[in-house]
Parts: sequence; C-alpha cells; structure tokens
Amino acid sequence: MTDNQKPVTGAKIASGFAGEPVQSPSGAHANGVDANQVDPIVAAPTEPAPPPAANRIITEILGGNAMISFLAIVLALAIGSVLIAFTNPAVQTSTGYFLSRPGDTFSAIANAIVGAYAALFQGSVYNFERSDFINGIKPLTETLTFATPLIAAGLGVALAFRVGLFNIGGRGQIIIAAACAGWVSWSFPMPYFLHMLVGVLAAVVGGAIWGGLVGLLKARTGAHEVIVTIMLNYVAYYLVSFLLRTPGALQASGSNNPKSPAALDTAIMPNLSNLLSVLFPGAPVGTFRLNFSFVLVILATFLVWYILTRSSLGFRFRVVGQNPNAARVAGIDVNRMYIVALVISGGLVGLAGASQVLGTNTTGFTAGIDGGIGFDAITVALLGRSRPWGVFFSGILFGALKAGGYTMQASQGVPIEIILVVQSVIVLLIAAPPLVRSIFRLPAPGSPVRAARRPGRLTEVVTK
Amino acid sequence: MKLELRGVTKKFGSLVANDRITLTVESGEIHCLLGENGAGKSTLMNVLYGLYQADEGEILLDGVVQHFSGPRDAINAGIGMVHQHFMLIPVFTVAENVMLGHEQTTFGGRLDLDASRAKVREISARFGFEIDPDAVIEDLPVGVQQRVEIIKALSRDAKVLVFDEPTAVLTPQETDELMAIMRQLKANGTSIVFITHKLREVREVADRITVIRLGAVVGEASPSASNTELASMMVGRAIDLTIAKGPELPGDVSLIVTSLSVIDSRAQYVVKNVSFEVRAGEILVIAGVQGNGQTELTEAILGLQSRVEGSITLNGEELVGRPVGGMLDAGVGFIPEDRTEDGLVAEFTIAENLMLDRSMGAPFVRWGTLQLGTLDEFAEATLIEFDIRAQGITTRVGTLSGGNQQKVVLARELSRDLRLFVAAQPTRGLDVGSIEFVHTRIVQARDSGIPVVVVSTELDEVVALADRIAVMYRGGIVGIVPANTPRDVLGLMMAGEIPEGVAA
Repeated sequence: MTDNQKPVTGAKIASGFAGEPVQSPSGAHANGVDANQVDPIVAAPTEPAPPPAANRIITEILGGNAMISFLAIVLALAIGSVLIAFTNPAVQTSTGYFLSRPGDTFSAIANAIVGAYAALFQGSVYNFERSDFINGIKPLTETLTFATPLIAAGLGVALAFRVGLFNIGGRGQIIIAAACAGWVSWSFPMPYFLHMLVGVLAAVVGGAIWGGLVGLLKARTGAHEVIVTIMLNYVAYYLVSFLLRTPGALQASGSNNPKSPAALDTAIMPNLSNLLSVLFPGAPVGTFRLNFSFVLVILATFLVWYILTRSSLGFRFRVVGQNPNAARVAGIDVNRMYIVALVISGGLVGLAGASQVLGTNTTGFTAGIDGGIGFDAITVALLGRSRPWGVFFSGILFGALKAGGYTMQASQGVPIEIILVVQSVIVLLIAAPPLVRSIFRLPAPGSPVRAARRPGRLTEVVTK
Repeated sequence: MKLELRGVTKKFGSLVANDRITLTVESGEIHCLLGENGAGKSTLMNVLYGLYQADEGEILLDGVVQHFSGPRDAINAGIGMVHQHFMLIPVFTVAENVMLGHEQTTFGGRLDLDASRAKVREISARFGFEIDPDAVIEDLPVGVQQRVEIIKALSRDAKVLVFDEPTAVLTPQETDELMAIMRQLKANGTSIVFITHKLREVREVADRITVIRLGAVVGEASPSASNTELASMMVGRAIDLTIAKGPELPGDVSLIVTSLSVIDSRAQYVVKNVSFEVRAGEILVIAGVQGNGQTELTEAILGLQSRVEGSITLNGEELVGRPVGGMLDAGVGFIPEDRTEDGLVAEFTIAENLMLDRSMGAPFVRWGTLQLGTLDEFAEATLIEFDIRAQGITTRVGTLSGGNQQKVVLARELSRDLRLFVAAQPTRGLDVGSIEFVHTRIVQARDSGIPVVVVSTELDEVVALADRIAVMYRGGIVGIVPANTPRDVLGLMMAGEIPEGVAA
C-alpha cells in the first residue's frame, strides 16, 4: 500500500480541508476523448503526504518573517512593563490611595517603567552618567561579551535546525568543550596566542565529538536526537563534575573544591583593553572584558552563512531539513547529513565553551560553566529564525538583556527575573506565530486573503 | 430523502469556487456530478457536508432548509460522505472505526464494541460485504477499506450518500462491484451523489448527470449522451486524445531485471520474483492497480529499497546494491510517484529544485561551492524550454500548480545525461495540457534511444504510451503483452487473472 492510499487520520481531516480548494487535488482530469475511445485518461488524485511532524514545526517556526520577531520583542517588552509596574514598591504604595489621587499611581507606573528600561539601556548600550567615552561605552562591550557565547551556541543550534534537528544538547556540548579547552589551557605550556588557538580547537573538537555522537546514534539506531541530547547533557555534567572532584583529573591541585585550575596566561584570549593598550600606549584603556572570541564568533557567523547559502553541503543540509524524503530520492545520504550537521553544530557550540573558559572565566571553572547558555542558544536560534545573521543579532539582543538586566536590578531594584520572563515570552511568541499574528491582526501565510491577491491562480488551474 | 441545493455560492477571497449552483437529487436517485479537476465539485460537497459555509444559497432536505455548522450537523441530518481519501484510522479495527465519532459506551464508560461489531455485521450482511469487524484497517485491501467507509456512513442512517471520486483507487473489477453496491443502495431508497470524471462509470450508473465547469453548472445530461458530448461539456472545448508517437525503433536490450524481489519493513514480499527486459528506445508500461508492487519496483530500480533480491542490470552494469547516488550516476532518471513528497522541496525555489539531485559536482557545484550563476542560467533556459508557468526561477515550487511542479521534476531529470528513464505515475493529478506535455516528453526520451519504464494505473495512459505492457498484480508480473491488447483483457490481468492466449 502506498502513502496515497493510506487512510487519513483525524488530525489530517482538519488540515486537509483548510487548504485552498482550487489547489487541492480533489478531482482529476479528463484527458480528453476521442469518439472511439472508451473513456478518457484519468489521472488519479494525489494528496501530498505530510512531511514528518518535526520538520513541519520547524518550517512553521522558521517560516515566520522578521516582522514577527520584531513584534514578539515589542510585545514581550510590553508584558515586561506590566510586570515591572506590578512589582514596583512605589506603584504598590500609590495604588493604596488610588481613588483619592489616581495621578500618583500613573506617575509611579510611568516612573517605574521608564526607569527600568532606561537602566536597561544604560546597562547594555551606553552609560551617560560616566564622564568619559571609554567608561560610557563599557556597557555595550559587556553586551557583546555576553552575546559572544550565545551567538556561537545559537549558530550551532540554528544549523541543526536547518537540517531538521533539535539540538537541545548545547549544555553538554559546552561543558565538554570547556573541559577540553580548560585542560589544554593549564596543562600544555605554549607560546602566547598559539596556546589560545589550540585551546579553541580543543573546545571545538570536544563539542563536535559530543554533538557527532548524537548524530551517530540517530543515524545508526534511529534514536531521537532530542532525547539523546538531553541525556548527554546529564552525562556531560556529571562526567565533568566527577573529573572536577578527582585530583589528577580536572581538579585544581591543592584544592578540595570541584573547580579547575586557572588557565595559563598564554592561553587567555586577548581582550579589548589589551588591544587598546598595544594600539594606544599610555592612553586610558579601561577594563573591557570583550575579547578575541567575539572576532571568532563573527568569523563563525560568516562560515555558517557560507555553509548554508553557498556550499553544496549546506544545500544538502537544507534539502534534508525541508524534505528528507526528497533528499533520499535525490541521492543524498540523509543519515550522513545528520551526523555531519551535528558534528558542525556541536563544534559551534564548543566555540561558546572556549569563549567561556579562555575569555571571560579564566580563573578556573565548575561544572556550571554552561551558565544556561546551552538552553538560551535555542532561544537565540529561534528568535534569529536560524539565519546566521539573524542569530548574530538576536544573540546581541539577548546579551543586552543580560547585561542590562543586572543594571536594572542594581539601580532600579527591578527583579532580574523579569528579564528572564521577557526572554521567555519572546520565545513563546516566536514559537507561536499565529498568536502574534492574531494580536497584531497580520494575515496568515496561505490564507484566503492572500489567495485573493492572486486571482490568476484559479483561472490558471481551471482553464489550462 | 430529496436533496436540493439552491443557488449555492462559495467564494474564497475573490475566487468564486461555486457560482450559484442549483441541484436537485431525488430520493433513490444516483446523481452524477461531473467536472474537471478544480471545477468546484469537492468544494460544493464540502459545503453540503458542513465543512464550508456557503456565502449564498441554501441546502434543503425534503424541502426543509438546513443550516450546517459542521459535519456533525450534516451527519445528523442524514448526509453521509465517502471521501476520496479515506477518513479511517489505520491502526483501529473496522468496528472501532465505524463507531468513531459516535461511540456508544456501557457501564463505567467502557466502549460498547459489541454493538459496533453487530452493526458492522448487520450492514455487511445486508449488502453482501464480507467484512470482519475485528480486522485492522491497514491490513485490508483498498476496495474493502472503501466499504468500511460506506458502512460507517450507513451506520449513521445516512439517507444521502456522497461519493467523492470513489473509483480512483479501485481495480476495474472493484469498480464494477462498487457500481453494484450503489445500485443496491439506490434500490433501498438512498439518494446518491456520485462525484467523478470517469465517463464510463457515469454512463453506467447515473440516473442524471450535472456537469460543472469553472464552479458553475454548465448543464444537465442524460446517461445516454455520448462520451464526446460529456467531455466537451466538461472541458468546454472539443478535445482530442492522441499522443504524437512514431513507431518504436528498439535497439538492443538495455535494462534487464532478473528475479527481482523486494521485501518491505514488515518482512513481506511486496515484489515477488519479477523479470523483464526493456530495449533501448522502447517504452515498457507497468500497468496495474495502485499498490500491487509497482511503486516498490521502481524504487528498487533507483536503489531506494533496502532489501532487494535478484538483479537489475543496465547496459551490463549491475545496479542492485548501489546507493541512490550511484544509480543517479549510472544515468537513471526518475520521476517519483509522489512528486510533492519525494520529488520536490516545496520551500525551495524552482532553480534550487532543478539541482536537487545534482548537488555533488559539476556543473552546479565546484570546490564544494554552489555555482549560482550557472544554476540561474540553466533554470532560466529550462523555464522556457519546459514551459514552466511561473513568475521566475526564484518562485517557490510549493506555489506552483501540479502540472508545473511535474514539469520541474521532468525538466530536472531529462536535462541529465540519461541511460534509463523511470517515470512512476507521471501524470497523476495533472490537467489536460500538462498531461499532453509529459507524454510528449516521455516519448521524446524513448526516441532519444534509452529504455523507458512508465508506471501507470490508468488504462488509457497505459495504452497510449506503451510499446509493451507488463501487468502487475500482488507483487508479481501477470504477463507482458503487446500495446494493442484489448482493454478487457488488461482489466482481467489487473485483477490477477491470466486470460487465454496470453503468455505469462
């Protein structure tokens, strides 16, 4: 029995009729008749079998346009405003006498929201309260510092998405990558810079192996990558925790804490202050944490862009991601693509691990080195709709929320959790484009309204 | 029950899918709704079944105006529908499927499967169906599944039954049996709306015929009207079915399939011990009712089946065991049966789809990098050569009509250097113009001196294209016969019988 004959299930019934009626292959065509012919050639109807559910969800999510992403951010910030107002003590006090002086409440709300978002800006872009530029611009470099590992890991998750794979294993891949980079960073003295590059390479390889393992399991046994990656997160976490508690493994000597030794100076990534002090000897160079890994991340973004849009490998990736059946018929080894994609994906996530242990966290790390980046990366990839530059900018947005969130809390007393809520709401909305569409009354893709703009389609189909 | 549709209009945006359609189906009448693809037949029936709301007009049952806000209302009013694509849950039994949607329960919410079983038996007995209520749907042949659909509709006391393209998946014999069932239903007083485009069936069973074109009723006809009259009404112009096909000039035997068997994932032989030869410059059409192993056979030739026994040689080279990529390299061109699922990536542009199976090397890839300029040039030229109606080469394939999608697949395969061309159901679901185009190209491929294998379930296509015909039934080849074999003989062979005088 072929796909076309398979009885459709209940879920299919609804979708089957939702489509445009003219395009639906509901009937078939007479090919014409000759007076002597018995009956016309008739083409059997077809109904495209639905692609695998996971692919359909990914297509739906990635199919949203930039407008949806933007509106999701706006909406999330609006929801954030409500939360800020609710949690603000001044607002709470003034609502106590709302009926006698309602103006107080409104001004308190305005103050709370404006204050919070001003602090967010101050903490993430530019601080006008600082006297000089070098200090004023520091928040922006903090944003980029926070953004760096998010972008790297986000690129990895995004690349996997484009091949139709959910890489939920960012956490494990970062932890393994960090362990590899860390081990190189304190165990093998090497010349400055070269040492760091070798460390980065070790991290990328570590992440790639941890990711490739998932691909291998999926390709060989058909195990679902979501389950495998989640489980490998635990394996990585407890494996590295164990190594960090084991003297002679990753534990710093002479310490009882489950923490690694500090990286050797030669392995530490040069940061912006280092660069400035070389370029402008004697000038104030500030204390920037933004480091070389940001350059690597820009290069990685270019690389992913090249792979996905210009390389034959990326072409095959995208075919597999959109329609694995067509890929198989086109002679593409789907399983091999899964393995290769997860190797590259893991390698990119590994870059995030390198940026952590060789860039921002060089004094030794714990098993918590991932710091939530592995999961935030999924968010970043979704918001960036898995386009390389989309991921780059959504990574920067999330970096800004992280950097600014701390300032918001410190200067305005806004709970940092609100930023997390804003982040979560953004993703929730991105993952539910119909929700955003209905809130902003945008037309759905493929809706009758859109069909109406192309009346040619009916006549074309019917008359030809 | 008498069904009347009065001035039913259904619009989708500015598209008028149904334009003031008026139709009366008398009690105990078989009323045929005849029309081309996209003429609006299915839309009309979906309005009747409550799946769409009419913009204007009304539906009357026995003179009473009905308002259906969903299929449930329609079912309760006594309308049953046998869908073109069966609405059955494959892993449920017949009894479970029949009770689905109006489950009866006994104490404590337990499903009363016995009641459903009894109902299935009762209706089966009434119509002489042999259906085991406990059989699982996916194990049943297609024709039987359809009967389950009919039972399902009848179990809800349907007085008006709508058959939407019911014969598309049936053998000629199963079709005849369905006709008999329809007559029996009619004799019991059930009104039947029979949607089809197959003129033979219409003339055989209909009491009255309404022809729909471009969403409007173009006229009524009596079953005594000639095929030509009916077809001209349907299409709106005089039509001619002949393929410009010169005599074959067969060369040497090129494709040799020997004792080929294909085993599916359930360890069943879906193709059993099949042997045939195709000469260069010859079209072998594999005829048969859908699901008798043709799909698996073509997939085996392309290397898509994992468990294959026997041998396939092309110009002396053994193909069995090669991966798909190796088959493509060997010069096998392939039109998959399900183009949207296996032949195209809907989200990709026309240009990208044109290089779908050529992503490994020249001319579209160099040093692992896509040669987008070359691809665009090729795509522009192909668009013109194959008359693909689209805004441009960056149009997404998913937005094209079926005919244009098939042209993209055809263009991609035929633009390679082929040594064998395999087309599975190449004209399924296409409009007249595209069918002509596809046929012409297939004949051209033959005339270029390569062996061509075409799988078709439509007898007329089989007869029109074939130089020789191999008929498949239950995974085996019943016989290989010349193109001028009478249709009734082919029909019998498609049902597995070997008529006298045919060499098996």
